[in-house]
Amino acid sequence: MSNQANKCCCGGEANNMAQLDELLAKWQGVKGALIPVLQGAQDIYGYLPKEVICYIGEKLNVPTSQIYGVVTFYAQFHLAPRGRNIIRVCQGTACHVRGGAKILKAIEENLKIAAGKTTPDLKFTIETVACIGACGLAPVMMINDDTHGRLTPDRIPEILGKYA
Amino acid sequence: MTDVNKTYESVPLYNDLSFFKKQQRLVLANCGFMDPEVIEEYIIRGGYEALAIALTKMSPADVVEEVKKSGLRGRGGGGFATGMKWSFAAKSPGPKKYVVCNADEGDPGAFMDRSVLEGDPHKLLEGMAICGYAIGADEGYIYCRAEYPLAIKRLKLAIKQAEDMGFLGDNLFGTNFSFHLKIKEGAGAFVCGEETALMASIEGKRGMPRPRPPFPAISGLWGKPTNINNVETFANVPTIITKGADWYAAIGTEKSKGTKVFALTGKVNNTGLVEVPMGITMKEVIFEVGGGIPNGKKFKGAQIGGPSGGCIPESLINNPIDYDSLIQAGAMMGSGGLVVMDEDTCMVDLARFFLTFTQAESCGKCTPCREGTKRMLEILNRITEGKGKAGDIALLEDLAKNIKATALCGLGQTAPNPVLSTLRYFRHEYEAHINEKRCPAGACGALASFSITEACKGCSLCKKVCPVNAISGEAKALHAINKDVCIKCGACVEKCPFKAIIKG
Repeated sequence: MSNQANKCCCGGEANNMAQLDELLAKWQGVKGALIPVLQGAQDIYGYLPKEVICYIGEKLNVPTSQIYGVVTFYAQFHLAPRGRNIIRVCQGTACHVRGGAKILKAIEENLKIAAGKTTPDLKFTIETVACIGACGLAPVMMINDDTHGRLTPDRIPEILGKYA
Repeated sequence: MTDVNKTYESVPLYNDLSFFKKQQRLVLANCGFMDPEVIEEYIIRGGYEALAIALTKMSPADVVEEVKKSGLRGRGGGGFATGMKWSFAAKSPGPKKYVVCNADEGDPGAFMDRSVLEGDPHKLLEGMAICGYAIGADEGYIYCRAEYPLAIKRLKLAIKQAEDMGFLGDNLFGTNFSFHLKIKEGAGAFVCGEETALMASIEGKRGMPRPRPPFPAISGLWGKPTNINNVETFANVPTIITKGADWYAAIGTEKSKGTKVFALTGKVNNTGLVEVPMGITMKEVIFEVGGGIPNGKKFKGAQIGGPSGGCIPESLINNPIDYDSLIQAGAMMGSGGLVVMDEDTCMVDLARFFLTFTQAESCGKCTPCREGTKRMLEILNRITEGKGKAGDIALLEDLAKNIKATALCGLGQTAPNPVLSTLRYFRHEYEAHINEKRCPAGACGALASFSITEACKGCSLCKKVCPVNAISGEAKALHAINKDVCIKCGACVEKCPFKAIIKG
């Protein structure tokens, strides 16, 4: 399995593998290392590929099943690659009454993926959030660190086009 | 150039401002008054004096006794006597014990611990070191949520500075007491604020709670005796040691000593962190410290204690804020969120909001919490959508009582509180939703209905802004809304210059 990780190493950069080994060396033999190692690995790869999880399990002597359990428990960990642009569509109360659901639908139709998913070209990930604290601009979404407010469904293609 | 002979307009003293007048800042004493990244500033303000006193002039048993005498109770929610908790861990056989700080502040709308971590990190380290000495632990962990990057950065820096200065490390103050601190970053799970779940998470496992006993004082982190307190609790300890338990116990009420920090938010003029002596009334906090309700609206209630807490109605506004009075009123101190609500807030919708949160954060280990909160949420959803049925209130109450009695941990046991307390004080709102399909506060979108009054001048602005063309009417004539087409977005209400469109 370790050979496989060396070969594919998810993202293809040999550099990543060296960083992962360095991370694992740092935490070798430390109690409770699993979560910090997973956090570090996700910083390197952007998400936690299956091969990386298997490799970590082998190095830390933890069953893959147990790592999978931990990864799926915490909101911070991702098992699938995430898009370069993260779209956070607000579904809070203020946005809800001003048509937040229609905005989400327009984005989903435009990108042809459902909320929570990533486009096959890894350009976009759609997420929904409970409130981003910009209720005065409702309905609102964030793309990376940019806030887009007072949205209407017909403005969506143009806004997404800027990031494509 | 300053003219010494000229009289300038005076700047009001802190204590002349109504926001500060009734506050007593012990935990937040240094926040905002010093550079938290410079250890010398903390020392000049009396920092690490308490640790020196404890280590050189007191025995560990003396420290436990002093904390017991102070009457300090856990500030994380439960309100368990801190000195008592320490004495259990102190009695457990060593040699290896741990001190853990719960800095996994996750309640929506609460940021008390964050301000201590970011504004006065050394106070926490000092409190933890004193605890380590008292219970005989040489190692501690601070479990801080990863969403607080500045707090983590400042804690790391503070630990490094304290180690360099000899306030953390081996043989502190020339004694044989050693204490080392480590930071653990959370990975995003609300339930990790529960102590047994938090320890599982530090150990690198899924952060799920386990039954108690054994309590952490007997078998905690890696099976060793562990004392776990939250940030605010530890931050009270240095003051107790330097000023003495008697001084501290003089603040507050008979059974709730000292001060409490609240995150005051919602429909109130002065929002922010407030630290007030226990026993102060809700009315003083909201109307004097908070400066009352904006826009001349009427006070309806206050939600205290976040998703685990409850609603205090106007009739109880003169009750003192302390652990036991709040429990009696069906709320709880919780970590310290205090959300003020005016007449526009729908209590059913509020209960639904908090339950949505706890339901999503339920770890799924025990059935009452996993299944019970889901069923309760389904009922609340249908009530707010105008599909409530006769018997729904009784069913909600039945479920709530069962979940409270049987859930494994604090998250589940307190999750029904927002529903139970709103049912207790605002039952008529539930009944209006179910029986009359009406939301008295006009907040539940599905039950809202808009109509145009005689005040309409026929300007047609509403007609233009309506996204679904539900409004009709000739120019300069009274307009009307077609309720079958209206999607209740409220855009017309905001656009109307004559306030002619009403909701309800």
